Amino acid sequence: MKLRDIAHARSGDKGTIVNVSLIAFADRDYPRLLRLVTADRVKQHFTGLITGDVVRYELPLIGALNFVLHGRVDGDVTRSLALDAHGKSLSAALLELEIPDDAA
Amino acid sequence: MKTVRIGCGAGFSGDRVEPAVELATQGDLDYLVFECLAERTIALAQQAKARDPREGYDPLLVRRMESVLPACIERGVRVITNMGAANPTAAADRVMRLAGELGIRDLSIGTVIGDDVLDLVKHGDFVIAETGQHVAMLQDRLVSANAYIGAEPIAHALAGGADIVITGRSADPSLFVAPLAYEFNWRFDDWSALGRGTLVGHLLECAGQVTGGYFADPGRKDVDDLSRLGFPIAEVSEDEGEADAIVITKVPGSGGRVTTATCKEQLLYEVHNPAAYVTPDAVADFSRVRVAEIAADRVTVEGATGRARPDLLKVSLGYRDGYIGEGQISYAGAGAVARARLAGEIVMQRLRRTGVAADAIRCDLVGIDALHGARVSNDSRGPRCEPYEVRLRLVGRAATFEEAQRIGQEVEALYTNGPAGGGGASANTREVLSVASTFVPRALVPCTTRIQVV
Repeated sequence: MKLRDIAHARSGDKGTIVNVSLIAFADRDYPRLLRLVTADRVKQHFTGLITGDVVRYELPLIGALNFVLHGRVDGDVTRSLALDAHGKSLSAALLELEIPDDAA
Repeated sequence: MKTVRIGCGAGFSGDRVEPAVELATQGDLDYLVFECLAERTIALAQQAKARDPREGYDPLLVRRMESVLPACIERGVRVITNMGAANPTAAADRVMRLAGELGIRDLSIGTVIGDDVLDLVKHGDFVIAETGQHVAMLQDRLVSANAYIGAEPIAHALAGGADIVITGRSADPSLFVAPLAYEFNWRFDDWSALGRGTLVGHLLECAGQVTGGYFADPGRKDVDDLSRLGFPIAEVSEDEGEADAIVITKVPGSGGRVTTATCKEQLLYEVHNPAAYVTPDAVADFSRVRVAEIAADRVTVEGATGRARPDLLKVSLGYRDGYIGEGQISYAGAGAVARARLAGEIVMQRLRRTGVAADAIRCDLVGIDALHGARVSNDSRGPRCEPYEVRLRLVGRAATFEEAQRIGQEVEALYTNGPAGGGGASANTREVLSVASTFVPRALVPCTTRIQVV
């Protein structure tokens, strides 16, 4: 299954930094997000799109993680050559991440 | 207990117009806020002002104001907006004239100026945060420098009796913090209260993004009636101890929905460290916020706090940064991807062969890898499947308009010189207005408030 089966996401930009939130549909799935979606895993997933660090912030009271992705290869929004200069569609890429089925 | 109702009538410069009319007529509002200023928007506005000193405010100012003013005057709804952009004074003059045309009397308009710090940063010793270079290095390429100013001068305008307050580069949440601070007599060093106000502003500032816009994913996250999406209302009461001191809602019967999920997505939108959301008014802490749905389309948010505001104000710098040229062409049917790839290679070779000096160039196949690049878009066997049609997109940045234009011209020339069956070619060239930032001491950015009465 994919992350999109248990979570939703939204991304936004500030210059060359983009953030992607990841929010569990059900609070009971928050521990799985915490365990499975590490900063390293996200950095690996976005190889080729970002060059810098990925920082993860935890928000247990709303069952959410916030990933801050540094060093967008496409550059900042105002001079980027990318079709999606803001990186707003990156939320959909994060939700494509494969995770073990419910039983796991 | 006193409750203040604030609606958000626009979340960006080009936002829909009618939701604000719905808020003004049916929202039972005290305040209607329009947030219309992005980083690049103010640089464009400065260019417009440089061409004509009566211009430089938001192009939709008149349309938005004429559509809500009669209802706002009738119901006593006060309007706050950053549609002044690069020229709040000219915007206020234009609204004065409009009020006259509409036959409105005794209207008081407050203007906040002081965010324009172009002269200060041009002649001072300031460093570009992103690159470490000196701002002076940008020389005459620098077209705008605007400090993000806070809620205080807006609150002064409200205290001075303004029915409408027009600003330039106010920080987005400050447009909402100001009426709360004014109504509840918050001191501008009550960091916890300002942090809560900043939460209200942050949730509302993108308008429809908290009421079901930018949220729908059919089958998983369904949202009804996005074509008549209702814009948000915050009900804020004085007693911070109450769990329902802040309620996010919308006009009953309007499209969209307000749920814990829509509020959570907007809570983290464009946020980095949730415990340190920096604004000119406070460093807000959203890390212990809780959300709860208390009724249909009514969500409470509680737990925001704040710490002391920063001594330095962020300044958004707009500068001319060359040109971007782009061309597109589509291919369909069997072999479409191979033909599009061949077309891209031909244009790249042509640009090299004819000596076009591009700083950067990029070749995407729209439908295959344009949004997330080859690695994320493909699995280990390559593209997941061959689409029926694909669009080549070739784009590059160059120092001159003429060179940038050559990119699109080469794509259009694929009609007669490229692979079989190319169709729908297009080309465009645009000047790049880049944005960077620097920081200046707060004391160097004195803001003033002017009140005019029709």
